[in-house]
Amino acid sequence: MPIEILMPALSPTMEEGNVSKWLKNEGDKIVAGDVLAEIETDKATMEVEAVDEGTLAKIVVPAGTEGVKVNAVIAVLAVDGEDIDKAGEGVGEEPPEAEKAAPAPAAAKSEAAAPVAAAPRTEIAADPDIPAGTEMVSTTVREALRDAMAEEMRRDEDVFVMGEEVAEYQGAYKITQGLLQEFGDRRVVDTPITEHGFAGVGVGAAMAGLKPIVEFMTFNFAMQAIDQIINSAAKTLYMSGGQMGAPIVFRGPNGAAARVAAQHSQCYAAWYSHIPGLKVVMPYTAADAKGLLKAAIRDPNPVIFLENEILYGHSFDVPKLDDFVLPIGKARIHKPGKDVSIVSFGIGMTYAVKAEAELRGMGIDAEIIDLRTIRPLDFDTIIASVKKTNRLVVVEEGFPQNSVGDHIANQVSQRAFDFLDAPVITIAGKDVPMPYAANLEKLALPNVGEVVEAVKAVTYR
Amino acid sequence: MATAARKAPAKSRSDSKSSGLSAPKPADFTKDEELAAYRHMLLIRRFEEKAGQLYGMGFIGGFCHLYIGQEAVVTGMKMALVDGDQMITAYRDHGHMLAMELSPRGVMAELTGRRGGLSRGKGGSMHMFSKEKHFYGGHGIVGAQVSLGTGLAFANRYRGNNNVSLTYFGDGAANQGQVYESFNMASLWKLPVIYIIENNRYAMGTSVSRSSAETDFSHRGASFKIPGIQVDGMDVRAVKSAGDLATEWCRAGNGPLILEMQTYRYRGHSMSDPAKYRSKEEVQKMRSEHDPIEQVKARLLDKKWATEDELKTVDKEVRDIVADAAEFAQNDAEPDPSELWTDIVL
Repeated sequence: MPIEILMPALSPTMEEGNVSKWLKNEGDKIVAGDVLAEIETDKATMEVEAVDEGTLAKIVVPAGTEGVKVNAVIAVLAVDGEDIDKAGEGVGEEPPEAEKAAPAPAAAKSEAAAPVAAAPRTEIAADPDIPAGTEMVSTTVREALRDAMAEEMRRDEDVFVMGEEVAEYQGAYKITQGLLQEFGDRRVVDTPITEHGFAGVGVGAAMAGLKPIVEFMTFNFAMQAIDQIINSAAKTLYMSGGQMGAPIVFRGPNGAAARVAAQHSQCYAAWYSHIPGLKVVMPYTAADAKGLLKAAIRDPNPVIFLENEILYGHSFDVPKLDDFVLPIGKARIHKPGKDVSIVSFGIGMTYAVKAEAELRGMGIDAEIIDLRTIRPLDFDTIIASVKKTNRLVVVEEGFPQNSVGDHIANQVSQRAFDFLDAPVITIAGKDVPMPYAANLEKLALPNVGEVVEAVKAVTYR
Repeated sequence: MATAARKAPAKSRSDSKSSGLSAPKPADFTKDEELAAYRHMLLIRRFEEKAGQLYGMGFIGGFCHLYIGQEAVVTGMKMALVDGDQMITAYRDHGHMLAMELSPRGVMAELTGRRGGLSRGKGGSMHMFSKEKHFYGGHGIVGAQVSLGTGLAFANRYRGNNNVSLTYFGDGAANQGQVYESFNMASLWKLPVIYIIENNRYAMGTSVSRSSAETDFSHRGASFKIPGIQVDGMDVRAVKSAGDLATEWCRAGNGPLILEMQTYRYRGHSMSDPAKYRSKEEVQKMRSEHDPIEQVKARLLDKKWATEDELKTVDKEVRDIVADAAEFAQNDAEPDPSELWTDIVL
């Protein structure tokens, strides 16, 4: 059978091209790799190489022809002693419709005909019941995080922690205190100051089946590593058709601490929550920090675990249970109420909690929802609350544009518009890089007064 | 055409003062090894030619980077591996997959974006994986696979399994920062990783001399005490002996090693590259004088280990495998629309 040489697509966007020049003549012997012709595409002039061996029997489309469609026959190759005159016969005349072009993928044929199915819903279990009589132990967030890691490392030999100063220094913020002594330097690994590199090493180890906890001294430094977090950790499960993912936790302090200025004071909740393939957790209480970090370490997906330096020293009651694990993706009603819903997360909760106390004095019964997880976001809890209170204020420390609060306001307006008695108010950090001066820094962050005023506005007080 | 006893373009050198390593002599292949190398390299060559053809016909979209010319690098290295050793590379990856025995049908159907593809049509040319075959991708971000491959080696050391991570990257990626971050950790922690720099002389359209202050890539580990060897990457026997040396080095607990494979890609960087940055004569000279497949063929004929007819039979068998893969890849169904929402999180 003679071989038809087709007008090739030579770029992802090419639909037709011009045959500029033939470099072989009819009757020439051709071996694979020989340049046959030059084709002008939408991007450049390209050479067309022969894939097969034989004799150029017929040039169907002469040099200088413009607008030749991709997959049109441009020449015919006779193979293995075929008669070159016969090989060229009948080619070049209009071929039957069916043979004209190879079946292209659906997307090339028509615009998407059917509406795209919605994302399937995933049900997330409620928090486990805490048995009556369980002892509650006052614990700092710092201790809770350390306990969570230690418990999971005892439970699973594949869990290890790596990062800057996590071992001998005992943690830049003392979160890994004592881990080196208990688990040794094989499982508590001091890294050089090389975030991009060690994030990638962690993801590679996770792909090989280990369960790394990668500590960033702060998430500001994870900007150096964000390609590995997003392009390698978050996307591989999808790109591999489910064969291989990265069971890894990236954790460390996030957001503003105190007086460390613009490069060290940024909240990444909105950034990471933008990415399919990641889970994003941002706890406020010590109990949530412990239960959710344990869940994050067990989770088979990459989890971004955003802590806060100021909260490290705060104490909360933590149930004394052998294995206290909380569900990722479930918000917690921190305080029930009926007049207004205040949604927050992480250190944002400190403003919400203080505002609620003031509001109570004014006779306003606010419901406070602690999101705990930013992705997947628990809209069910938010919307159920809005349906009850008809008013919503969201509080966070991050920048205002495309903030977590913006996304919540958008979704609530789409899903519960008729239940709203006032516009949703979002309170965020100011739209400025974090200043150093104490007074300016205070102005840049949200404050309790703003939350109180917002609640008064949505309750028309 | 190529002659069997060709001088390596690379100068053998002992450039690691600390290790005293130098490029070993090309391996003495048995008849079976020569025939196996011939068949494996030919499969990659024919597969890639077919992929180029299917791209031209519109069956393959997006980016498609062909491995034609570099076949000896993955083929020789694979011959030095034991079960459990891992491989990871960038986006010029079809040859690596075939060398790791991923199914030609699965690879080709992924290129055409069909449900029978290795990533069920969701990865494409640059993103394929096989945990079973220890192939860890297929990565589209230049240099990212170097840190990931170092992480595979970290897992090997953590588990004490004596396996080695083969981490491939190009002369272009060799200038990325995370490569050196990885070198530092690999050397510090004595990780069993072989950094295989496939120097095909052009980072897309920028020649090595225009992009790299130090063009001897075997020296790139010097600051990290990682020894390196330059290898004639067009000679599968030279690659195999370097692979043997490197895997033994790693398994003995010496830490990482760099192999600079001096190789050449015949085709453009991707399908839409007109390759105006090099002369036709340069390409033709490599093809006619250094072709990795022709070298093996010439040796097989020279030693009378195979006749022209027997090699034609091999060629036919390889063409049949590729034709079957292409047939499957063109006719397999596209992914079910429900696949849009699967495999995002577990």
